[in-house]
Amino acid sequence: MHPAYSVILFTTASGAGLGLLAWLALFGLLGLAPVERWLGLAGFATAFVLLTGGLLASTAHLGRPERAWRAFSQWRTSWLSREGVMAVATCVPAGILAIGWVVLESTRGPFALMAWLTILCAIATLYTTGMIYASLKTIRQWYQQMTAPLYIALGLASGAVLLNLLLALFGTAGKGAAWLAIVCLIVAAALKWFYWLAIDGEAREYTIEGATGLGSLGKVRPLEPPHTQPNFVMREMGYRIARKHAQKLRKLVLLFAFGLPIVALLLAQAPRTAVAGAWLATLSMTLGLLIERWLFFAEAEHVAMLYYGADAA
Amino acid sequence: MTALPATTAKKLGLVIDLDTCVGCQACATSCKEWNAGGYSAPLTDQEPYGADPHGAWLNRVHSYEVGEGATGRTVHFPRSCLHCEEPACVTVCPTGASFKRAEDGIVLVDPDTCIGCKLCSWACPYGAREYDYGHGVMKKCTLCVDRIYNDHLPEEDRIPACVRACPTGARHFGDLGDPASAVSQLVAERGGFDLLPEFGYKPVNKYLPPRPRRDGLAAAAAEAAGSAPQPRGQANGGAERLFAWVDRMLSR
Repeated sequence: MHPAYSVILFTTASGAGLGLLAWLALFGLLGLAPVERWLGLAGFATAFVLLTGGLLASTAHLGRPERAWRAFSQWRTSWLSREGVMAVATCVPAGILAIGWVVLESTRGPFALMAWLTILCAIATLYTTGMIYASLKTIRQWYQQMTAPLYIALGLASGAVLLNLLLALFGTAGKGAAWLAIVCLIVAAALKWFYWLAIDGEAREYTIEGATGLGSLGKVRPLEPPHTQPNFVMREMGYRIARKHAQKLRKLVLLFAFGLPIVALLLAQAPRTAVAGAWLATLSMTLGLLIERWLFFAEAEHVAMLYYGADAA
Repeated sequence: MTALPATTAKKLGLVIDLDTCVGCQACATSCKEWNAGGYSAPLTDQEPYGADPHGAWLNRVHSYEVGEGATGRTVHFPRSCLHCEEPACVTVCPTGASFKRAEDGIVLVDPDTCIGCKLCSWACPYGAREYDYGHGVMKKCTLCVDRIYNDHLPEEDRIPACVRACPTGARHFGDLGDPASAVSQLVAERGGFDLLPEFGYKPVNKYLPPRPRRDGLAAAAAEAAGSAPQPRGQANGGAERLFAWVDRMLSR
């Protein structure tokens, strides 16, 4: 599948924003972070900018962005619609929680309820994002058990790394945030590893013979294409990445999205290196996740390309 | 709405005869001509006289070589929307622009409410939907909904443009939900089949297999599928150049 930059930016940014919202809410609830005005303002502002920025970036992918509001209507059947609804719905408890935290400096009473709702909604939104891809039978690399959990794990991991940076910048870097981020990164890395094992281990069972229904007559080879230049289907779904490139990029994902951030967070345990380590972890993870998301699209093979001569899917 | 109708009164669709199709592209060009002015209008092309001409077409005719040596044959393979009974392209639509009509089963896109998110094209295993880069919305075969019920046309023209144009009678139009209809009987008689039935979308359109050779040569057993190089879009723009550089670095 063609890796569209707008969609890569959307899923990584809004994922990190949702993860940050969930962890902010939990840390506020449990008293693991000071419920203090400026920390709250910085945290919620960052989360909302990432979430809404991501959603706005996703509209750049649309042919008719001015009609994007219509996407909230079909939540009964469409995961994309559910994702839009849940992303906006998350902003309600998160916004009220932010008011409590920033204006009243409180996460008690009704604000505690909002914090729990924020956590639930943020995770549900991450799940719906994953299900947009996990529900597509036509793309084997996405139609996987691991796809939706991965979106949740990567969102929560990137949110935890951001929360650690935030707390470090405010000089309140409790060890909790760094260890939380490390655990989240390890879980996400393990899931990603198993995801790769799953997609590599599966047979590519769809063939051009099956797609055309002509297999009983023998081997099918494209003789003459319907058009001389690539059409929409080939431009959108015909993107192919060489296997050796994919392997190298997977190593870069493991290094930048997980390995280097974990090392940086371990080094950041000392007070003197807390801020530098938190920044390094954040920047490295950002680069790593962008590569990860690009690869998620680039490695995906669409069944329709069989008609254009793809060997299997 | 993207919820599918439980049943449709009719199952209008096409039956495509792979035995008699000669790959003349008359159906594809006739489709483009009609739909550039009808329900799907505009059906735009990009760079029609430039280096990379492409555009939205609702019907594509592939030509394949099937089998080996003396038993090999050329099969021309028209491909368009199959108007599935349970189309995933409709249920994934976030706006309700994609819908399946309860009265005749035709799957349509409302060009006034489509946001051009392209998710429906990702959900279709048949590559039947094409995004219109000029119009910013998704386009697909309408089964010439603006012809088949059109009283202003002479009766013989009230069939899809592709069926009307076919010079060899390789395309048939009718109600595949009615077992007594001519198309249903043709499918029964010739062993018409579904494309990719394993997806479970229950395509309404059927394909009739090529008839056995008359010279008695048995078709050789087939093995794995063939492959062909894929044309690519041209690389330009800063980001593409950056990625071309990354590509070269990774290739070392």
